[in-house]
Amino acid sequence: MPKFLHSVKLEQDKCLGCTNCIKRCPTEAIRVRDGKATIISERCIDCGECIRICPHKAKRASYDKFEIINDYKYKIALPAPALFGQFDNLDDIDLVLTGLIEIGFDSVFEVSRAAEIISEVTRRFFAERHKDGRRPGEHPIISTACPAVVRLISVRFPYLSDYLLPILAPVELAARIARAEAKKKHPELSDEDIGVFFITPCPAKVSYIREPIGVDSTAITGALPITDIYLRLISVMPHIKKSLPLSRSGVIGISWATTGGEAAALLHEKYLAADGIENVIRVLDEIENENFSGLDFIELNACSGGCVGGALTMENPYIAKARLQQLRKFLPFSQNTIEVDGEGEEHIEWSRQIEENRAMRFSDDKKTAIEMRVKMNNIAKSLPGLDCGSCGAPSCRALAEDIVRGEAYETDCIFRMKEKIQEIFRSIADIEHINLDK
Amino acid sequence: MNNISDTPEKTGECIELKYLVNGDNFTSAGEASVDVKRALRELGFDAAIIRRIAIAMYEGEINMVIHAEGGEATVNIFPDKIEIILADKGPGIADIELAMQEGYSTAPDNIRALGFGAGMGLPNMKRYSDEFDIESVIGEGTTVRMVIYTDKD
Repeated sequence: MPKFLHSVKLEQDKCLGCTNCIKRCPTEAIRVRDGKATIISERCIDCGECIRICPHKAKRASYDKFEIINDYKYKIALPAPALFGQFDNLDDIDLVLTGLIEIGFDSVFEVSRAAEIISEVTRRFFAERHKDGRRPGEHPIISTACPAVVRLISVRFPYLSDYLLPILAPVELAARIARAEAKKKHPELSDEDIGVFFITPCPAKVSYIREPIGVDSTAITGALPITDIYLRLISVMPHIKKSLPLSRSGVIGISWATTGGEAAALLHEKYLAADGIENVIRVLDEIENENFSGLDFIELNACSGGCVGGALTMENPYIAKARLQQLRKFLPFSQNTIEVDGEGEEHIEWSRQIEENRAMRFSDDKKTAIEMRVKMNNIAKSLPGLDCGSCGAPSCRALAEDIVRGEAYETDCIFRMKEKIQEIFRSIADIEHINLDK
Repeated sequence: MNNISDTPEKTGECIELKYLVNGDNFTSAGEASVDVKRALRELGFDAAIIRRIAIAMYEGEINMVIHAEGGEATVNIFPDKIEIILADKGPGIADIELAMQEGYSTAPDNIRALGFGAGMGLPNMKRYSDEFDIESVIGEGTTVRMVIYTDKD
């Protein structure tokens, strides 16, 4: 497997080697080795949990510097709908979009517009699927808008890969439409002249651009975090006298920023929407055990609250959500359809399936896998079972696994180490004829 | 230190999973098959094979709860086959041939009201396994052994 280009990074100097992040990581992708946290690249899904939990701010997301937009003749901003929930007393999306033009972009295309098209395509997908009636035992379809969830499935739930909705993420479609529009308006521009920048709420979307999901290549040039753009916007927005009429999003598109928005846009009730990585894992466990018959659609968001809870946002997700509720109050239901804006439905589906990530597997050979698991079980039984994390692994079971993989030693466990030292003392005592029990 | 023992797990040839299936608690029935499924997924077995094993195991578990007040389930995972042994100390089966018939059931009404007792348990177990043996002694109990080969489709 080619090396994955992650967006979650560790700042060595700031890391104290505490156990907060190893405990929180949903794919057990972090170990503390030699007093510093290290990320196991193959397992990391860029969910941003470690960024949120680290008390020393040693974990951070990498993203593009704002100045990078100047490398392009024509600069397009793709604001995520979560951006609009960051501002207090905002009653007009156009003000934010005009602000983006003020800070240096040539045009804007709201990701929420593309989301409305994706909602329409998804509704058609289900209509097609159920054309001949629902088959008994038909499994639910899992949303693919959250890249951290898709990667979580490929690492921890590979058996659910077939359940994934094979339709582009809104941001990808937004980038494609925005590029096409720019070229139509300015035929002199080449693809290299156009820079398409996603204003992102989370590191997982940054990784998406580096390693796209479901497509061979992405139309997005780079990602700029909401945290950075927000600060630039609040310095220009108060001075805008008259905002430009740029927004074309409806209630459906804006609702994608919060949990349940994507599912509600399907316009029927056989869905489930969950958020927060722990809850997402619990739901996936249940789906794997076939406990959700009768549901069509499962919307999962790695962050609490949905995209408004992303690790690169400013505002508390629930406040942002409340603001979006106000903001969308007088919006039309939906303002975008495939016919008007799209490049044809066939281009909106995935061109590439998800590959299973084998980082959690012992071995592809069953015999080796079984031998290693038996060894791991035996080692795990000999460990104290406190899951204290002092060894640098998130649990005793994880340490046992590391030992079997040859990446750690039993004496990394401080309790086993203590036993070993006592053994040594006893041997010395025996030799020297000292009675230690006296 | 580990106790030296001759269970298959210690030899490294296969993984042995043992479950006590609780007969008193109907709501926990099916938990062992969920755990077996999880172990097989971790080892990377084929999804269709896992499904067959899970169904066979689940039916057996439910049977032990309904008819025998529980029992013991042992699952041996080999590279090329999965062996499931379900042993109970229940009343035993008087006529195995009859019990194997689809639709035949001795489940009480309260169990049927829950949607169980359709008389498909044993036939399903046989259908989904490659080898199926059943031994039963009246008053002593029943042992079912199923083997599912994992390398073929």
